[in-house]
Amino acid sequence: MYTTRSEWEEFLEHRKSKSAIFALLVILGFTVIIIRLWHLQIIQHSALSDRAENNRIRQVTLDGRRGKILDRNGDALVDSRPSFQLSVIPEDLENPKETLELLSRRVEFDMDEKLKEIKKARSFESVVIKRDITREQVAFAEERRLDLPGVHLEIKAIRNYIHNDIASHLLGYLSIITPKQLAKDTKSVYSRNDFVGQYGIEKKYEESLRGLKGLKRIEVDATGRQLKLLGQEPSKSGEDLRITIDYKTQAAAEKAFEGKMGAAIAIDPDTGEILAYVSKPSYDPNMFALGVTAKDWKSLVNNKFHPLQNRLSQGQYPPGSTFKIVVAAAALEEGIINESSTYYCPGHFRLGRRTYRCWKRGGHGSMTVRDALIQSCDVFFYNAGLKLGINKIARYANAFGLGRYPKINLGPEKKGLIPTTQWKKKYRKEPWIKGETVSCSIGQGFVLTTPAQQARMIAAVANGGTLVTPRIIPGQKNKNESGSGREPMNISSNTIQIIREALRGVVAAPHGTAWRLRDGPYSYAGKTGTSQVIQMKKDDPMKNEELDFRFRDHAWFVSFAPYDDPKIAVAVIAEHAGHGGAAAAPIAQRIMDTYLDGIEKTGAEKRIGAGNGRHVTENIH
Amino acid sequence: MSQGEYLKRGFWRNFDTTLLVITILLCAFGVVSIYSANLQSESPFLHGLYIRQIYWIGISLMVMGAVTLIDYRFIERMAYPLYFAGVITLVSVNYSGRIIGGSQRWISMYGFNLQPSELMKIIVIIFVARIFDDMRKEGNLGARDLIKPLILVSIPFLIVAKQPDLGTAVIYMILFASIAFFNGISRKLLLKAAGALALLAPAFWFLLKPYQKERILGILNPEADPMGHGYHIIQSKIAIGSGGMWGKGIFEGTQSKLNFLPAKHTDFIFSVFSEEVGFVGSMVLIAIFFLFIMRFIEVILHANDKFGSLVVVGIMSMIAFNFFYNIGMTLGLFPIVGIPLPFISYGGSSLLTNFIGVGLALNVSLGRYRVE
Repeated sequence: MYTTRSEWEEFLEHRKSKSAIFALLVILGFTVIIIRLWHLQIIQHSALSDRAENNRIRQVTLDGRRGKILDRNGDALVDSRPSFQLSVIPEDLENPKETLELLSRRVEFDMDEKLKEIKKARSFESVVIKRDITREQVAFAEERRLDLPGVHLEIKAIRNYIHNDIASHLLGYLSIITPKQLAKDTKSVYSRNDFVGQYGIEKKYEESLRGLKGLKRIEVDATGRQLKLLGQEPSKSGEDLRITIDYKTQAAAEKAFEGKMGAAIAIDPDTGEILAYVSKPSYDPNMFALGVTAKDWKSLVNNKFHPLQNRLSQGQYPPGSTFKIVVAAAALEEGIINESSTYYCPGHFRLGRRTYRCWKRGGHGSMTVRDALIQSCDVFFYNAGLKLGINKIARYANAFGLGRYPKINLGPEKKGLIPTTQWKKKYRKEPWIKGETVSCSIGQGFVLTTPAQQARMIAAVANGGTLVTPRIIPGQKNKNESGSGREPMNISSNTIQIIREALRGVVAAPHGTAWRLRDGPYSYAGKTGTSQVIQMKKDDPMKNEELDFRFRDHAWFVSFAPYDDPKIAVAVIAEHAGHGGAAAAPIAQRIMDTYLDGIEKTGAEKRIGAGNGRHVTENIH
Repeated sequence: MSQGEYLKRGFWRNFDTTLLVITILLCAFGVVSIYSANLQSESPFLHGLYIRQIYWIGISLMVMGAVTLIDYRFIERMAYPLYFAGVITLVSVNYSGRIIGGSQRWISMYGFNLQPSELMKIIVIIFVARIFDDMRKEGNLGARDLIKPLILVSIPFLIVAKQPDLGTAVIYMILFASIAFFNGISRKLLLKAAGALALLAPAFWFLLKPYQKERILGILNPEADPMGHGYHIIQSKIAIGSGGMWGKGIFEGTQSKLNFLPAKHTDFIFSVFSEEVGFVGSMVLIAIFFLFIMRFIEVILHANDKFGSLVVVGIMSMIAFNFFYNIGMTLGLFPIVGIPLPFISYGGSSLLTNFIGVGLALNVSLGRYRVE
């Protein structure tokens, strides 16, 4: 700010001379740049142009090895195997049609499709002609290299699901990255032909499993073959992932389901670690490993038994009599009954004008809560349930984890349905009817549960009243899991103890519904359940075997063993297989036996070796 | 003439349309080059970068408009608060900013990453101009006059150098030096400074990190390590040189398409451009830049007060230095440092900063405020 005109004019003078200096500097700078540009683009043009032409340096990306998936003992469930892949670089193809025709003599592929792809591709982007070619095809491509300009052999790792369809819903699968996923990849980790995890563990743990790409600069000859390695940034391997699955138990479970549909999940009742995870029918994830064909995909999707569906977390079934565990706990806790109070079962139960039958037409007679659980008496629970009312039942069902997401978080989960009066008003726009409470008391009616929820419920009974979250990585929370994964149910230990004793009786007592397991090598406890797929006509009960397959009942068995110190809790549903005791319990037994045999063996080994393992003293029979 | 009246009658007559047209023209060159650079990219993200650049241009234009309309005397009054706000932001970025490419210099907003050290350049210009304006003295400034501004510039310099982003930090010093030089430094001091610099240069060499030394050596003899530190320089020279007189044609560059060029949409965008349009096309771009910079000198000469002149000196220096360094780097004249080509390179922060600079110059050129 200038107060006088003369000062201002002095500044103007000063400004002019300085600006002139700046202008001179700028002109000098431009001169240097123009001279340099002239030098490079005009004088050195032909030399540099040659170097650009002969820029036989190619940058090749190196894939990072994808981590293996191992079972809890470190045995591989999923690894990768090397394979050869035939691809072309459009820019180097002299005559695409001719080259492809020559190739098609030995390698089968869809000519029109590939020609179209080549036309669409960017000129330096390789187009895959065929993955996983045979040794003979590799030899052919090598021999005729000079006749096949632009054709490249690449070594590619192919994901290998070692045991084919075992635990496929858990492990998930890989497939070629979708355009949408590519668009989201802001860090440019992936390129167009990459395989990424699309489901299950492969998807959830994609980031740690996948490696990081490396880069190598190579000098190539005219046909694109490497002459010299000029430098490289090595790729990084993905991390191997150890999961909680016990392969032997898993395999036994899968085998036990042979010819059947349904699901089974076994967890460690203390830690929640998932030991086996079966959903049947399943599929072989290897079929995705090469890029699934449209035909295979169609047949999977259209299969009427829905092999792609994950029945463990998405299959919602009426829990049937397994729900009696909840109603018994509720009735005991709410003081509606005590351990010695009885209801009389004449074989049916009347409410208003309707009659509800017990599964045993002749009736069970006088029943305590223990007897009622052991023999699965319906009438006892009709009475207890009605006294409780649906809302109290729902509260306890929630405490057992029913009607809530189990949060294994490996993919979409369903939360089943535990009805309340409010729920019915909101979604059905009708008031609750007492008769519905009666049906719900034995796990029919509106009630729906998933096998994963049932496993949580039975594990909570096994461990004395703590609801655990099933976990898939040893000692780690599931992805996006909040809380500690251990939730006290606030049910008295006395109540839990009564239920535990009753569930032991289901196997061991004279009239127990799972008496088939009585003579097994371990002390099991459990609860059978049969969930009706259709309502049968009241007076014309057909035998299950006479029904069309799809209308047959589902069989449930939720169980744990050994009774005194539970090491495994299992929920099994066998679809359309009939009664729980007959159809589902033997499957559960095979799962538990295999696992307990296994830890007994390692326990014994440990005892001989170090002497003081956790299972040593407890599990030697 | 009141300001309201002025805005009605004098605004468009005085508005420097040339400056605005050139700015937009440069941005258009940039968008086309960014598109071309990633044309063959397999990553849809890189492929779509030119769209993000267009968004940034839109945002920057709006900010520029606002900067043009504010009373710049108000900006002068706000010089110190702006300075402190800037320093605090820089410090907080050092502790909690996003780390990209190994250095911590970003803040994230709505999916866009912003680099406060870029915007700090504008603040440095404003407050250095303010200090010299306050001195009310031109020519023959001695060491005593320069101590205060030098210390104040050293603070952001040290913070940013620690990120580490020596390239941007050095620019603060250059901005300070050029405004100080414009204001006039005594010949004695100038000679002393040159002497000190010559003496300190070897000491400075030992302070550099190994990778920085290798970059400097790489420029002296790139062929000594063609696959290592010389690689980028050689590939950039091959790209530009192979363009020849007329270039390979727009979108037809082979060097860039084959991924030989590093950071091709940011620091090496000129190589992409020059390979495709050759010497003739490059000369067009260079001529536009020449006009652009000369236009700033015009504004300096016609500013209505000293502060206005000094601010535009700073902005001209910023844009000219970035331009010379970046082009020189791609031509193999200077070591590789992450300095973008103004208005052409991809990157929101530098775009926004340069647009604010143009906004300030437009503001000064309007000549609304006469202070005598």
